[in-house]
Amino acid sequence: MIMSELNLRYFAWVRERIGTAQETVVLPAGVITVADLLAWLKERGPEYAHAFERAEIIRAAIDQTHVPHETPVGTAREVAFFPPMTGG
Amino acid sequence: MPTIRVQTEAFDAATEVNAITAGRSDVGAVVTFTGLCRDEGGTLAALELEHYPGMAEAEIARVAAQAESRWPLMGLTAIHRFGRIAPGEPIVLVVTASAHRSAAFEAAEFLMDYLKTRAPFWKKEHHADGAQGDWVSAKDADDAAMARWDR
Repeated sequence: MIMSELNLRYFAWVRERIGTAQETVVLPAGVITVADLLAWLKERGPEYAHAFERAEIIRAAIDQTHVPHETPVGTAREVAFFPPMTGG
Repeated sequence: MPTIRVQTEAFDAATEVNAITAGRSDVGAVVTFTGLCRDEGGTLAALELEHYPGMAEAEIARVAAQAESRWPLMGLTAIHRFGRIAPGEPIVLVVTASAHRSAAFEAAEFLMDYLKTRAPFWKKEHHADGAQGDWVSAKDADDAAMARWDR
């Protein structure tokens, strides 16, 4: 299996809590879905645990399209995590 | 083709209406909605609008395509600003044009309901006393407003 790099992007208070807007990771085996990715990220440190403490309210996008948490990450190039939107 | 822009600069609603209606005589109804930054009783100095470049435009385009498939529109413009916006300044503009008013009204309301809950923008408050405020919380009422279009 080819270990592909995945670009992660964070916005609003998710970005502030983690302390970065963007990073590149190599997904470990076993991370299949967006929910798996969130669970893995939560273990990376207190800032991630804080950002994703209520994972159920975090919105996700794969390659700039909204997706539910059960979506497989698959061959995504970019996954973004952010709070519910407050534009308009 | 809808006109979609995500920008820092202010916009002028009249200019955008004219861009849709100039040179044609088949449009019977134009609805514009402009969302403005409120001062919240003088406590708010500014809103900081963060967005997801690329996805913001793409998501507005997806919402616009839905509106165009549901109503017989003759023009559709959606503009959303980002960056620091002072009270009294415009944040968002939706313009819809159709032969008859009901389609223009409904499409404009649909667009705003969807933009508020699906377009990747986030508002942070800056208080008038200099303190950095909180991120604006999403409202259940906005989700409910969007859900009523499901059918």
